[in-house]
Amino acid sequence: MSGEFEIAMKVKQGALESLNNYVDHHYCPGCEHGTLTRVIAMAIDKLGLRDRTVMVDTVGCSVLAYNYLNFDHIQVPHGRAPAVASGLKRARPDLNVFMVSGDGDALAIGLSETLQAAMRGEAVTMILVNNAVYGMTGGQMAPTTLPGQVTTTSPKGRDISFTGPPVDACRLVSAIPGAAYVRRATLVIEEKPSGGWSVKNAMDARTAVENAFRVQMKGGFAFLELLSTCWVNWKMSIMDAKRYVYKEMLKYYPLGLFVDRFNIEGKGVLPAEGPAGARGTPTMARDESIEAPGHAGEAP
Amino acid sequence: MKGNEAVALGALYARCNAYFAYPITPSTEVAETFAREFGSSEFPDYKVFLQASSELEAINMVLGAAATGARACTATASPGFSLKQEAISYAAGMELPALIVNVNRGGPGLGSLGPEQSDYFQATRGGGHGGYRMPVLAPASVQEIASFPVIGFELAFRYRNPVLMLMDAYIGQIKEDIIFPKVPPVHDETPWAVTGAKDRKPNILNSLHLDVDEHERHVEKLLKKYEDMAKREVRFEEYLTGDAEVVMVAFGIVARLCKRVVNLARKKGLRLGLLRPITLFPFPYRVVADLSTRVKGFLVVELNTGQMVEDVRLGVEGRTKVHHHRRVGGTVPTHREILEKAEKVLGGG
Repeated sequence: MSGEFEIAMKVKQGALESLNNYVDHHYCPGCEHGTLTRVIAMAIDKLGLRDRTVMVDTVGCSVLAYNYLNFDHIQVPHGRAPAVASGLKRARPDLNVFMVSGDGDALAIGLSETLQAAMRGEAVTMILVNNAVYGMTGGQMAPTTLPGQVTTTSPKGRDISFTGPPVDACRLVSAIPGAAYVRRATLVIEEKPSGGWSVKNAMDARTAVENAFRVQMKGGFAFLELLSTCWVNWKMSIMDAKRYVYKEMLKYYPLGLFVDRFNIEGKGVLPAEGPAGARGTPTMARDESIEAPGHAGEAP
Repeated sequence: MKGNEAVALGALYARCNAYFAYPITPSTEVAETFAREFGSSEFPDYKVFLQASSELEAINMVLGAAATGARACTATASPGFSLKQEAISYAAGMELPALIVNVNRGGPGLGSLGPEQSDYFQATRGGGHGGYRMPVLAPASVQEIASFPVIGFELAFRYRNPVLMLMDAYIGQIKEDIIFPKVPPVHDETPWAVTGAKDRKPNILNSLHLDVDEHERHVEKLLKKYEDMAKREVRFEEYLTGDAEVVMVAFGIVARLCKRVVNLARKKGLRLGLLRPITLFPFPYRVVADLSTRVKGFLVVELNTGQMVEDVRLGVEGRTKVHHHRRVGGTVPTHREILEKAEKVLGGG
């Protein structure tokens, strides 16, 4: 548990406006959902977006987010969050609209809605928490379940000759010209070879969450996949689950920046070249007051 | 003007803000008309037209727009209406206003493209899960199609509930001369809308209550709304029922045929009348009950295998006979056919 404590010590201390501080949450101890809740609140506070934020609460582990995050919420049908978010944003382009979906919500029942929102270049932020199972219903096989991974609906391990192999959501969304920002990161702490735990990737993930909101403010569709643990349903100890992410999940889901059409991360526009007219579609309301600090990144 | 065009323009004159489209015969002209009018100076409140990738997406976009307090609308035909049921249940549960149009075609499955009234149960019983209701307006002319969106949006915001206009493929496709109602700018009271929690507590739109006692209170609150609708919002038209021995009950295109049948019967000296429910929910049970104490029988004529007839029987409570005449598959009865049946009923057949 020292790793979680380390994160807690490193993140900015003090009450956040976007967080219902000191409210008990239902997330399992050791799950990154708790961390993510705070990271989202920090990002929204930092960017000054709290007064115009609406969170679309999806069916899955984040369904009760309205109890924890102190801004407007709408709770929606399973898989339909990107559609509801699109309707919200189109009706009120001045709002900051985002959702936190599980792998089942975003990639199984709601895959069409996810891809369609990307295709339209909706100026919304979608955070996908990939923990390789359906967490809320007790650990069933998801589109992201690893080959051989045991779940309650693949009790002998996922047989990919039967179910097909797991899906790389970032590569899938990257293929869509309307997506402005596609990134995979993780809030999971990493065991150092020398012993102890590193929060480096978690801190990168925190920046990626901020960037995912910045992209929306520039009028683009932001897709951020966060690898996460589900030690309860993986039937492992908390720390073994964190090791599993680095040992097994990263093989299928490498961390990195896939698309950055606005150069939000300051490393250059990605992909550098594309078919004419196939850039992201920043046709929606933009907020020029939100700038990514520390680099001269501008919308091309 | 065509019925399907009239419903789009009627909704726009009723200050619709957002329309979410998906094409399906025989409702597609609704989407096309909304698309054509987007950006028109005639409709300054019309801010969003968006084509979705499915009826599922379209109705969920309606939820999103409605959640901001906007007057949001979508139209479809029967198979698409089935796809929308889940989100309509959510809208009822979290109490979002919206106007939904269903141009009823033949069913089940892909059915036919002709007119049916076979979505009556789905419309009036809450077609999705969870026992909700919504007001259902059934226009019988293009003029009513043009006028009802005003009532529809009014009801939707008064009760914070989705409202359905149930048309049939016939009424959606016929052309008639109409006058659009002029609606002054509206200011819907939407303190519940999710628009950013600036200088107020956060608003939470939600249909989930994990505490069963809390959920029971919520469902009872919804029920109270449906009871209020049943008390206040029943709309119907009676035609020559005062001295009628037999009263026909019909809605939509069939009601117009039946009106002619009444006129033909009256010429023959037959005392036939017509009751036309305009709201299918709430249904005019009271009127049916009153009539049932003095008529020889009812003749329900509808384009399905017997759905509204069950509501008529609920109103009659066994006091008199209830007969049924149907055509299905996309066909419509002729007035002669209906008159023949009515004469049989009048003769005690």
